[in-house]
Amino acid sequence: MTELKQISLFVENKPGRMAKVSKTLSDAGVNIRALTIAEAGDFGVIRMVVDEPEKGYGMLKQNGFTVSMTDVLAVEMEDSPGGLYKIVDTLGQNNINVDYAYAFVTAKAQKAMLIIRVDEIEAARRVLGEKGIRIANGEEIEKL
Amino acid sequence: MSGYWDPHIERMPARDLHTLQEDRLKSTVRYVYDHSTFYRQRFAEAGVEPGDIKTLEDVVRLPFTRKVDLRNTYPTGMFCLPKDWIVRYHVSSGTTGKPTVVGYTKGDVDMWTESLARAMTSLNLGRDDVVQVGYGYGLFTGGLGLHYGAERIGAAVLPTSTGNTERQIELMQDLGSTAIACTPSYFLHVMEVADRMGISIRDDTSLKVGIFGAEPWSNETRQRIEEGTGIKAYDIYGTSEISGPLFTECSHQNGIHVWADMFLIEIVDPKTGEQVEDGETGELVVTTLNKWALPLIRYRIGDLTVKDSEPCSCGRTHPRIMRILGRTDDMLIIRGINVFPSQVESVLMRIPEVGDHWQITVEREGPLDVMSVAVELTESGFSDKIGDLMSLSKRISKELKGVLNVVAKVELVEPGTIPRSMGKAQRVIDKRKV
Repeated sequence: MTELKQISLFVENKPGRMAKVSKTLSDAGVNIRALTIAEAGDFGVIRMVVDEPEKGYGMLKQNGFTVSMTDVLAVEMEDSPGGLYKIVDTLGQNNINVDYAYAFVTAKAQKAMLIIRVDEIEAARRVLGEKGIRIANGEEIEKL
Repeated sequence: MSGYWDPHIERMPARDLHTLQEDRLKSTVRYVYDHSTFYRQRFAEAGVEPGDIKTLEDVVRLPFTRKVDLRNTYPTGMFCLPKDWIVRYHVSSGTTGKPTVVGYTKGDVDMWTESLARAMTSLNLGRDDVVQVGYGYGLFTGGLGLHYGAERIGAAVLPTSTGNTERQIELMQDLGSTAIACTPSYFLHVMEVADRMGISIRDDTSLKVGIFGAEPWSNETRQRIEEGTGIKAYDIYGTSEISGPLFTECSHQNGIHVWADMFLIEIVDPKTGEQVEDGETGELVVTTLNKWALPLIRYRIGDLTVKDSEPCSCGRTHPRIMRILGRTDDMLIIRGINVFPSQVESVLMRIPEVGDHWQITVEREGPLDVMSVAVELTESGFSDKIGDLMSLSKRISKELKGVLNVVAKVELVEPGTIPRSMGKAQRVIDKRKV
C-alpha cells in the first residue's frame, strides 16, 4: 500500500500567487482533491492532495516553486456528528499529536475524508485500525 | 607552481621598498605641483611645497583629495597631461552623483596591467589558463582591466562581459574556462543558472579560480561559493580613480596585496584624518607613485579596511589590506546605529536555510527607521509547518540583532524573486531619501 503524498508549497502572500499554482497544475492535467492554506502574514503554506502527486510536484518544482512532499493519512470519516471526534479522540488517547488536518467530501465517496499529518504515522495507522477506522491509500485517492 | 611575475619587486626587502616609495613620492609630489593648477592651489592652501616632503613620513603634511574634487573638476580638471598623452578614458557610473572621468597614458595602462599580471600570477594562473572575463566591458574599468592583465600573463581571455548567463555557462564548458572574473553576486547567479541547466560547475567544467570584486562581499559568501562549486574564490580590489581593479589576494587568501612600488597606502581615522596603527580599522587613503595622466595625492576612497605590513607567507613583502568592510557611502544609519550591508551578508550566509540572494529595505515609519531584510527560502529550509517557518524568521532576526544591534524585520520570500544583477548587486533600497 502506498502512503498518501501531500504537496506543500511556500508562497508569498501576494496577488496572483494562487493563480500561478493552479494554472501550473491545470496545464499539467493534475486534479486537486483537497486544498488548504495556512497563512502567516507575508507568506503562507499551501497544502494539497492531488490525483497525481509525483507529476504535480515535478511540474511545480520545474516552475520555480519551493515545494515539498509529505506523507499524510487520509482517514475515512463518518459524514455525521461525532465523525471527527472519534478519530481525534483515538489519536489523543494514544498520545499522538496532530500537526494539522483538513477535510473534504467527494460526490463519489460515501464518506468524508480527513487528511491529517501526525508525528507518528505508523502508530496512528495502527490505533485507528484497531478502532475499525479505515484509512484510504494513495491509489484510492487517485481514483476518487 | 607558485611563481612570481616580478620576483625582484614582489619580494623586495621592506627597507628597499621604503626607499623606493620615498623617491617616488617625492617625484610624484614635484610632478603634480609642476603640472596641475589644482594641486598647486591645494598645496598652497595647506602651506606645503614639494621641497617640504623629504621622507615618506612627511606624506601626512600633504592635503587629502576626494571624489568630490574629481566631480568639481569634471571632466579633466585634475589631469596632469594634455590630451595628446591620453590613450584611454574610463568613466564611473555616476549613480551617486556626477560621473568621474579617469584618463590613462600608455604607461598608466601598462602599470595597471602589470599590477594585475602580478596578482593573477599569485593565484597560480598562467599560460595554460582560460580566463573568462564576466565584468562589463566599456566605460567600467572591470572588463578591460582584467582582459589586459590576463593577456599579459599569456592566458587565453574569453571576453564574455556580463549577461547572457546560459551562454556564459555553455562557453565555460566548451572552451574550458579555468578562471572567471565577475562580481560575486553575479557568480552566485551563474551557480543558480548552472544548477537549473543541470550542469555541475564542480564536475562538468574546468573552473578552478574565481576573481570576485567590484562590490563588498563576505567570507561567508566565499565559503558558500567554494563549497558549492569546488573553486577557490579570491577577492580583487581597486577603484576607477586609481586605475580600476588592481590588487588581489594571493593563493594563501590572507589579505589583498597592494603593490608598494605603485601605490602608497595609509589607513586613517575617518573623523580625524590621523593615521591609525596596523590592525586598526580605518579609511583607506591612496597616493599613486607611478601614474601620470591622473596622479592622486592622499586620495580618500572611502573604503574601510585594516592594513597588515608584515610580509605574507607567500614571500611577498608588500603591505596587505584585509577584506573591505564597506564604503563609507554604503553605510546605513538605522536609528543612529551604523550598519554595513556586508555585515548583514555575513550573518545571512551563515544560515543554511537562507538562499544566496537578499535585499535590505529601509523605510521611515513616523520618526523611526525600519529596516527589513528579504531573504529567499531554500528548498532545504522549507518546512510545511507554519511554526517552523515563523521560528526560522525569528532566528534570522535574532542573529542579525546580535551582530548589528538593530532590529530587522525578516521577510521570507520565494526563490528567484529578488532581482539578480549582472554587475554590482543592488542590496539596499533606502526609501528614506527621495
